[in-house]
Order: sequence, then structure tokens, then C-alpha cells
Amino acid sequence: MLNTLTLKQALDKLEKKEITLQDINSDVKSAIEKLNKDLNVYLTLNEQKITDQETTAPLAGLPIAVKDNYCTRDLRTTASSTVLDNFIPQYDSTVITKLKKAGGHIVGKTNLDAWAHGSSTETSQYGRTLNPRNTDHLPGGSSGGSAAAVAADLCLASLGTETAGSIRQPSSWCGVVGLKPTYGRCSRYGVVAMASSTDSPGPITKTVEDSAIILNYIAGHDKYDGTTSNQEVPDFTQFLDQDIKGMKIGVVYTDIEGLEEIKELFIEQVKIFEKLGATVEFVKAMDPHHAIGVYTIIQRGEVSSNLGRFDGIRYGNDRSFFGHEAKNRIMLGTYTLSKGYADQYYNTAQKVRTLFIEDYQKLFQDYDVLISPTSPGYAKKVGVSESSAMFGELEDMLLEPSSIAGLPGISVPCYRDPKTNLYLGMNIVAPMFREDLVIKVGDAFEKNTKWNTWRNK
Amino acid sequence: MSNKITIQQVQHIANLANIPVDDSEAERLAQGFEETLETIEDLKAVNTEGVEPTHQVTGMENVLREDIVDKSRTFTQEEALANAKQTHQGFFVVPRIIKK
Amino acid sequence: MSKSNYNLVCGMEVHAELKTNSKMFCGCKNDPFGAQKPNIYTCPVCLGMPGGIPVANKQAIEWTIKLGLALNCKINLFSKFDRKNYFYPDLPKAYQISQYDIPFCYDGVIETSYGPIRITRIHLEEDTGKLLHKKIKGEDVSLIDFNRSSVPLIEIVTEPDIKSPEQAKEYGKALRDIIRYLGIGDCDMEQGGMRLEANISIRKEGESELPNYKTEVKNINSFRFVEQAIKYEMERQEEILEEGKTPKQETRGWDSDKSVTFSQRTKEDAEDYRYFPDPDLPPIRFTKEQIEQIRDELPELPVVLVSRWEKQYNVEPRFSELLFSSQDEAKWIEDIFIMSEREGIKVNKIANTMVNKKIDFKYSDKPSDLVAKYKSANATDDISDEEFISVIKKVLENNSDAVARYKDGQTQLVNFFFGQTMKTLGKKVDAGYLKKLLQKELEK
Repeated sequence: MLNTLTLKQALDKLEKKEITLQDINSDVKSAIEKLNKDLNVYLTLNEQKITDQETTAPLAGLPIAVKDNYCTRDLRTTASSTVLDNFIPQYDSTVITKLKKAGGHIVGKTNLDAWAHGSSTETSQYGRTLNPRNTDHLPGGSSGGSAAAVAADLCLASLGTETAGSIRQPSSWCGVVGLKPTYGRCSRYGVVAMASSTDSPGPITKTVEDSAIILNYIAGHDKYDGTTSNQEVPDFTQFLDQDIKGMKIGVVYTDIEGLEEIKELFIEQVKIFEKLGATVEFVKAMDPHHAIGVYTIIQRGEVSSNLGRFDGIRYGNDRSFFGHEAKNRIMLGTYTLSKGYADQYYNTAQKVRTLFIEDYQKLFQDYDVLISPTSPGYAKKVGVSESSAMFGELEDMLLEPSSIAGLPGISVPCYRDPKTNLYLGMNIVAPMFREDLVIKVGDAFEKNTKWNTWRNK
Repeated sequence: MSNKITIQQVQHIANLANIPVDDSEAERLAQGFEETLETIEDLKAVNTEGVEPTHQVTGMENVLREDIVDKSRTFTQEEALANAKQTHQGFFVVPRIIKK
Repeated sequence: MSKSNYNLVCGMEVHAELKTNSKMFCGCKNDPFGAQKPNIYTCPVCLGMPGGIPVANKQAIEWTIKLGLALNCKINLFSKFDRKNYFYPDLPKAYQISQYDIPFCYDGVIETSYGPIRITRIHLEEDTGKLLHKKIKGEDVSLIDFNRSSVPLIEIVTEPDIKSPEQAKEYGKALRDIIRYLGIGDCDMEQGGMRLEANISIRKEGESELPNYKTEVKNINSFRFVEQAIKYEMERQEEILEEGKTPKQETRGWDSDKSVTFSQRTKEDAEDYRYFPDPDLPPIRFTKEQIEQIRDELPELPVVLVSRWEKQYNVEPRFSELLFSSQDEAKWIEDIFIMSEREGIKVNKIANTMVNKKIDFKYSDKPSDLVAKYKSANATDDISDEEFISVIKKVLENNSDAVARYKDGQTQLVNFFFGQTMKTLGKKVDAGYLKKLLQKELEK
């Protein structure tokens, strides 16, 4: 079935004229018809025809799944909330404009935790998405739909967004590759804003190679987003198939409480880097528990402000349509920003953020990359997110420090439990604008281990 | 500082946030608030003396645009109104509000 | 009105729209008043659509600094934009991008004929959309037009230094004149290009502490109304204070039909705007050199210009002040003055003539054409004082008995002497000047 090809494989075969775009799309379509009803990956399928411009551009019109918080012209965009149930944007996000220009064809809009608040996709107002690896379990979130779309081969690659874990954590739970670029590497214009100071659009793909290909096309300065960097965008595919001999790798967070289930498995996987000639050291980083507080305050404060515009007057439905989780975040954000509390909470959080940034700067003087487990455990069972208001933040604890510091990170599958078919992920973090390092190390790990579904067919 | 949030406090915040909340929702929300606040309290243990806040991780400054009209993003009137529930002769419509 | 024992303690907040080409945070056209239809100058940013992100207009920032320097303010070399969060249908993002604790300009001063007024701060923000109240199919609704949304708005706040309604009016006018002169705003109050608010309280004669209350009066859209509103408030507040009570801390509107202020909203439950730095807008940092360059590029301000013209060309300020409102017009006027001097024309005279519209002119005319027009209409200056006086003396000599009757009380005879002198001279004269000389001679 051609929908199980990686993006690169499909591009190669198309070029060699071994297959046609029709063939691929037909298989993707059949897979969607077969699986989407149960998995609930896609909220909206794209009826727009593939254009000549798309087929003659580098990505050849190949099917890409897009998280439903990217505004897509003439294609319904809901952010998985009934507030936007009927919203049809009259404009494209910059990343979508770039994707289209590169020839990527949107296959459909994927499910997410409503407003991208969450780590399970259970808070979607359109029902939860199931983990294709084991449908008793959740795909993670907030980009659960995009990660599941990749894992289930309902597309050849997808786009997600990460505020603090929302690309990497679902990628880990679904056993796929998730790349969170540096904050400012990809434009946020047209993406439904969550926490403006950490939101990062990025690819979720079958292989590290595919993520490098997608990043090439979606990264870059945008005059419509004043927080995008003028840093040159290199060809990220040149960092694949590299020798990592002599690289210095620091392993962090393995001493954190709560990782007992996976600690040994993870440490076992780390040994591969030594075999490849890198030095591996276990090192202490600033306690990620503090990042939870920082992230919670900053994110909820910014969210409460960013969601103010949804009042049903110019578009969408009124504020009574917000789900419970969204209401909770908006209210808490309003509270933390409120008179008398701003200094106590918001400013303190921004100061602790500085401490994390400085801690990373110190660590990167001694190490090229830092790795840790992506998630404290395997994908959780369906229904578990309702257990606590802080569920998401606790789940994402290991990812929040790099998110609040704006650093690039990639999650690659690093173990599969044969009994449950569930995966663990390895998170690789580098200094700002050093996606080359995370791609280099991630690719080396992927090609020298057996955890990637598509490299082991 | 007690973390107990009252229903009244929740309603006050709901007003500020322009979110309709009934009493049973307010109760559920109050509980969620308290849980969240407990997590945040832990931040107080961190020593932030002499530390400057980071509002912008990019460190960028002076990102400005020239004063030129850019028609490429300007909506036509139809596009601007396309998603509104109620419009009237090119205007958006809301029920009458008291003058501010 | 009998003299009051109370003194006015008043500060003003003025909002002025900047006349940039594009809006403050997006490239939409800045022309809300000129737009032929509603909602034709909007985009995802200024319409508050999902994913809309602001990028700041450089010109608007430079113009804010310009105004600050013209008003003798200090400039914050490091500054930023903050979000002011509140809900209202004309505010599409549910927050207004403004400046909270680090405004671009602060600590300035402006001179008025009643004394100086300190400028607390000047900051830059964006305007809201416009609401229109209507009845449609029997229902009361509000219509919203977002053409004005995100137009750059400058806010100037003074200390409570204003001591009289007249001073408030003068301040408003002076501010408007400077903004227009710098070429950064039109300040057309009927178009909403300038909006005035006054914070008013009164205190007993001799007291120096600030009163423990103040009333904010909003929606004043003319200078005349500012004066009236302040006068009205002073009386209203005095009545309350005389009863031993304290006026309520509140916001009041001005009803121009009834000429009264009316209560709008109490300030007890002060707004909680939850200000925080806007994460979408990187901060702004100027160097001292950049500020000095903007200062160097400041034109000579009207007040300085008028004073210089008085010294250089002997032209009275009351004429100069009325002859220009923009830098281009000032330059043109000075060209007229320079040319007039060269032609031997008294500058004050031509200024007077122009002010009193005794000669038609447009700022697009060639200065030399205007001067020539004036000369032919007023060819008087080639008569020397000696010639005048000798002719006057002759006329008076030839009509000595008329002079005697004049000195006896028939002062209307001055017109006869005047006519005779004119006839004798046979040239075009400056009547006023001639009359002056004639009077002098008659008094001898």
C-alpha cells in the first residue's frame, strides 16, 4: 500500500515514474475511509483539487495532514472547538502558504486538544483521537491527530505545533518523529495563537529525513511575524547520514522521580551513541518541576489574552461554546494576570524562565546536545486526562524547559513494547537555531536502531 | 496564603474574562484553580533575586515595518464579513450595548 | 458668577490620530474617515482574526518621538508595547496594544499664556473600530465598522497643572497646532482625529494638596466645549463641597445640547486591564544618536518662528500666528517676508493685509507674484515721510481756518484734510499711515 511510503520514498518513486500521484492518493483515501471513523484523526477532509502548481513543485502534490489550528484558506478551521465550528478562513497561515508553494497538498485538518491546550487530544470538542498503535490508548497531544495520521499512514507527513510538548509528546506516544524547531524559526502568522511566546509550528513525520525535508520548506523569516528570525535557513537534509564521532552528548532528567517505568529501557538505548563514537555523560540540569509553574503561568496568561477575540461577532460562535478545559485555562490566565497577582506570578515566572535559559547556556558549553526521555511513560489509556486539571503540564514536564527557552528539539522512537505495541520516545535538544544537531543525532539514532516502523519494513 | 477560591471570586474572574459560568461550573472551576495554584506555589521556592525576566526569548529588538500600504492582505468587504453571523449593509451587527 | 473660593485642579488627556499611510500594526490603509464603505480596510490583523499578529509601524514611532521632543520631553531609549485587555465590540482582539509603564516620552512641558503645563507622558497605541447605534426591524443594535481599527493613536497626558477653563482651551489649541505643524496629524475634531478628556477637581484657595477625588469628563469634541465643561464641573463640584460632601470619583460625559456633564460610570470598581508586555512585538531600543538626529530634523516650532519673525521683520505675532499652520506654509510666508523687505515693503503691512484678506492668495502661488500683486494694489511705499509731511503741512497751511475750526471741536474735518492730502499727492497711499501722520501734525 503506497500510503505506507515515507515522504522521501514517495518522492523518489514519483521521480523515477515508478508510481503516480493518483496511485498514492488512492491508497491514502482508502486508508482514510477504512480507519478515520474509528481513529477520528481528520475533522475535515480537503475537497479542493490538487493544482498543477502543486504537482510541479518539489513536494509534487503529495498528501500532507495539517493540524486544525493552522488557518487554511477556504478550508474549515476549528482548532477542535465548537466556537469555530463554522469558521472558513479567507487567508492562509504563512507556513501553509509556504507548504503550498513547495507543492504539499493538504489532505485534511487533523484533530487536536481544543485550542491546543492539552496532552491527550481528549479535550477536543469533536471527540478524542485514538492511538493507531493501540486503540485503547491515547495519541497524546495537543497534536494528537497529526501524530496519529502519520502513525496510521493516513498521510505521508503532517504539520503540528508545539507550545510545550505538543509536537514531541504525541510523536513519542504514537511512535513517530516530531521536530519542534527553534522559536522564531517558523512563522506563527495564521496559526491560532496559544502561548505567543513559545508557540512553534513544526513537522511530524515518519522519519527524521522527512522532517528535514518539510522543515526546509516551512522555515524562514516572515515579515508578517515580528518574532521570526533572520537566520538563514540551511538545507537541513545535508545533516543526514552524518558521522557523530566525537560529539558530546549529555543525558538529563534520568534522576527525576516518576520515570521508574522506563528509566532502564531508556538508558539502554543511550548506549548506541557510545557505539557510534560519541561521548555520553549523565548530567544534572535545573529541576524541570520548576518549568511546570513557569509554563503554566506564562501560557495561561497569554492564552487568556489570545482567546479574548473569540466573541462570535466577526466569526464563529459566542463564548458560551468554549469547553470546560478552555474555560479553565482562560479563567486561570485571567486570574494570574489580574491586578495584584501579575507581579506575584507572571513576572516571577518570566524570571525563572531566565534561569532555565542560563542553565541551558551553561550546559551547552560542555555538550553539543542534551537528551532525555520525551515522556515519563507510554501512551496513557483513554479517559485518563480527566483525572486532573494539571494533567497536561505534568505529562510535558520533561519538554517544558526546552520549550520555554525556545530551543529546538526532536523526538524519535526509541523503544517499542512488544506486548502493548506502545512506544517510548527520545528527546534531543540543541542550542537555539541548531536544528542541524538534533537532525544529525536523531537521524544517526534512527538509522542505527530498529525502532522506526518505516525503516524496518 | 490560603488557596481556597470562593465561588464569588470565580464569578468575578468569569466577568473579567467575559465567560458565562453557572454556579456548578464555578464550583468545578474553583477546584481546578486550587490544584493549579498549588503547582505554581512551588515557584516561590526558586531564588529569583537579581534575575531579569525574559519576555522575549529571541532577544530581538526594533522589528518594525515601513509605512507602506500593503493591499495583499486587505480583505474585500465580502471577505471581512464572510464569517459573521449577522451583518447589515457592510457592518457587523451586535445587540445594542450601553455606551462605555 | 461671583468669585469662587475654589481653584481648579485639572489635567488633560488628549488622543490624536496620526496620519500615517498605513495602520499601526498592519499594512491596511489608514483612512477611516475617507473610506467610502465600512469594513473595506481590514485584514486578519486589525480584524482580530485567528492567527493575526501585529508588526509595528516605524513612522508612527518616529513621529511620537518627534512630538515628545517638540514638547520638551525626555525619551525612553528602551521601550515596549503592552496589551491592555478588556472586552468591547469595537475592540476586535479584546485587547488594545498600548504602552503601560515605559511610554516613549515623559516629563515634558508646554508653555501657555497662563503658565507652563507639564506633560506627564506621551505614548503610542492603536485605535478601536467605530460603533453606530441603530434600530433595525424594531430592534436596538450596534453596527461596527473596523476601518478605524488599529489606526495609530498618540496619547498625551498632562499633570494637573491646568488652572482655568481658558487655559485648558489654549492648551488644546496649542497642542493641535504643534501636531499639525509637525505634519503628523490633522487633528480634525469633527472627524474624531483629536479627542479631549479632562480630569477635574477643585480645592479651596490656599490649599496645595491634591484633592482626594477627581472626575473624568470624556467625549468632548471641541475646544469651546472643553471650556464649558470645565466651568460647569467647577460649579457642580463646588456645590457638593459646600455641602460638606465629596464629589463622586466617576466618569462623566458632556452633553452639548443641554450644556451639562452627566454621570456615566463610577470609578470605584477600577478597571483591571491585566497589562503585560505584548509577546508578539519585540521591544524598541533607540540610541542617543538616533534621538538627536530626530531632534535635529525638528522644524523651528511656531512659537520660536513667530518670535524670530518679530525680531527680524518687525511683524506682529498676532499676524504671524494666523498666517500658517504647516511647515510648508511657514516657509512660503517667510519667502514672502524676505521678498517684501527686498522690495522695500513693510513686512508688517503686507502681513496685516493678508490676515485681513484684503488681498487674495493661495499657498500655491509664486511668492514673487503675490508681492507684485500687493505692490500694484498698495503702491504706497515709495512716498517718504518727508514728502507726506511736506504735503500735509501745505494742506494745513492752505486751510488754516479749517484747522482752527478743527481745533475748536469739529474733529470730523480731519476727513477733509485727508481728502485734500490724497488729492495733492495724486498717488496711492497707505490710508492708515497717512492718517497717523496727519493726526500728529494736527496736534502740533
